[in-house]
Amino acid sequence: MTLSHTNGPGRRGTSRIGALFAAPYVLFVLAVFAVPLGYTVWISFHRFYFTAPGAGVDSPWVGLSNYRDVFTDPVVGRAFLNILIFLVINVPLTVGLSLVLAAALNAKLPFRSFFRAAYYVPYVTASVALVAVWAFLFGSDGLVNHALGGLAPDPSWLVNTHLAMPMIAFFVTWKQLGFFVMLYLAALQNVSRELYEAAAVDGAGSVRRFFSITVPGVRPATTLVLIYAIITGANLFSEPYLLTGGGGPDHASVSPVLVMYQKGIEQGHPDFAAALGIVLMVFVLAISLLARKISERGE
Amino acid sequence: MSTPTDHTRTATAPSTAAPETSSPATRGARTGRILQLTGLSLGAVAFLFPFYYMVVGSLKKTTTGDVSGALPGGFTTANYRAINGAISLGRSLLNSGIVTGGVLLCTLVFGVLAGYALARLTFRGRGTVFATLLLVQTIPFQLLMLPLYALVVRNYGLGDSYLGMMLPFAINSTAVFLFRQFFLQLPASLFEAARIDGASELRILWTIALPMARPALLTGVLLTFIGPWNEFLWPFLVTKNTDMQPLAVSLAGFLSNLQGTVANPTGALLAGACVLALPVVALFLVFQRHFTHTNIDSGVKG
Repeated sequence: MTLSHTNGPGRRGTSRIGALFAAPYVLFVLAVFAVPLGYTVWISFHRFYFTAPGAGVDSPWVGLSNYRDVFTDPVVGRAFLNILIFLVINVPLTVGLSLVLAAALNAKLPFRSFFRAAYYVPYVTASVALVAVWAFLFGSDGLVNHALGGLAPDPSWLVNTHLAMPMIAFFVTWKQLGFFVMLYLAALQNVSRELYEAAAVDGAGSVRRFFSITVPGVRPATTLVLIYAIITGANLFSEPYLLTGGGGPDHASVSPVLVMYQKGIEQGHPDFAAALGIVLMVFVLAISLLARKISERGE
Repeated sequence: MSTPTDHTRTATAPSTAAPETSSPATRGARTGRILQLTGLSLGAVAFLFPFYYMVVGSLKKTTTGDVSGALPGGFTTANYRAINGAISLGRSLLNSGIVTGGVLLCTLVFGVLAGYALARLTFRGRGTVFATLLLVQTIPFQLLMLPLYALVVRNYGLGDSYLGMMLPFAINSTAVFLFRQFFLQLPASLFEAARIDGASELRILWTIALPMARPALLTGVLLTFIGPWNEFLWPFLVTKNTDMQPLAVSLAGFLSNLQGTVANPTGALLAGACVLALPVVALFLVFQRHFTHTNIDSGVKG
């Protein structure tokens, strides 16, 4: 895909109209991304309270004090540990399942559009609707426990300290998988068909062809999957809030964004939440860069 | 960019790759194909079962978690009436519709203008705008929610307003990117000829570029629709007044603390979930052909 390429320069006379056309979008980005980002940084270095506009409350400079609070807060530590648990479950499952499904769906198959739609439906459906069904399925008196009988975990799935976070990771993997299947399907179009034919002539079986041609062929898409998984993990809110009732027992499934909400809005410490937001953003950037490095090594 | 129906190449089906193979290999290929179809079918059941369960559960007189609760039969519409009474479904749907419609309108009008400018016009700072567009798509919105909340609700006084709910999503950056990619693919000569004839840029955009970009517009609409319709966190923060809440928020409110108010709370909740899911699922199924990997691909590149 050509990113920086344009077909023919416009006339010089078009320059003002171009800026005019782009202006609403630029204003939007400034208002929704640039200004809030700057404001978060500012808030994170001050003692800050939510007040009515015009109410003269001081916001004194406090240096790194908010950051110190963030780093020493045990719930924040738990939230970041939870993202790691999420990634450890979500990333291998997502990469493995979506790549295998995409390879299967890329072939000529009966009912292919039905299968594609089936895997895609959870992705387009609202989390709130799906959380409602999962809570019903995995509740202590739910279908899964009825089917398992004596094997059902106690306490049940969503209220169990050890299972709450893995449940969220499974839920998100299930919900998002269709998106990644589509991503891999697109990437597979760029893998040369001749390679498969040559390998088949040389006697390579389908498993061998999958690992020697398909997997390396879609590596850039895998990097993208990794980065998306990390961003999803960093953004978790609705699932821990709704599926595990506000973060699970003993904060077992609390997420950084959920902590930001609880601290910043429920408990009135937006300065703490702003510092946490900055830490989270740095965390996302660092892991994304690391993921890119790892998956591009050996190319 | 190609149409979805082009992607019928076989990469992994051995049966079509080598028609001259000997009979044991063909048998192996057939077994592989059966395994493949079985695997895909099992997967499809795992993906669709919760939707089936949602619909069946929403129609039961008493919605229970035991095995009989998963079987069809004994249907009633009482749950739909119950959820309608508990959260005023019509009002919530109207709010969802207004917010989603407003976002769609802004994205189409301003997004098309920006996409056209980025693809077809030269202006100072175009490179910067494009770089920002790519960057913005990777910044998780949730990270900015607190300052946005402070600005929108406290400083601008837009709490409990449609404008406040729409603001962070007003112009979908992914859609802008999609429009740009599409306008780039149109032949340059078309635009030059129109310019030589003295047509204004707005006129070129309206009469030449837009009609040709109809598939991209449809994809843009589908991509944009999902976000604000399904969004929970932001409208949850911005609305305190239940009359202003979109369906995802009022349903979540019911899930968290109103369940005691109806006779069959699980059934009512699932009925609400069906109503929330239906518009997007229906839209997606109707336009499935347009909503394909090629579009997703161009939307996330960068």
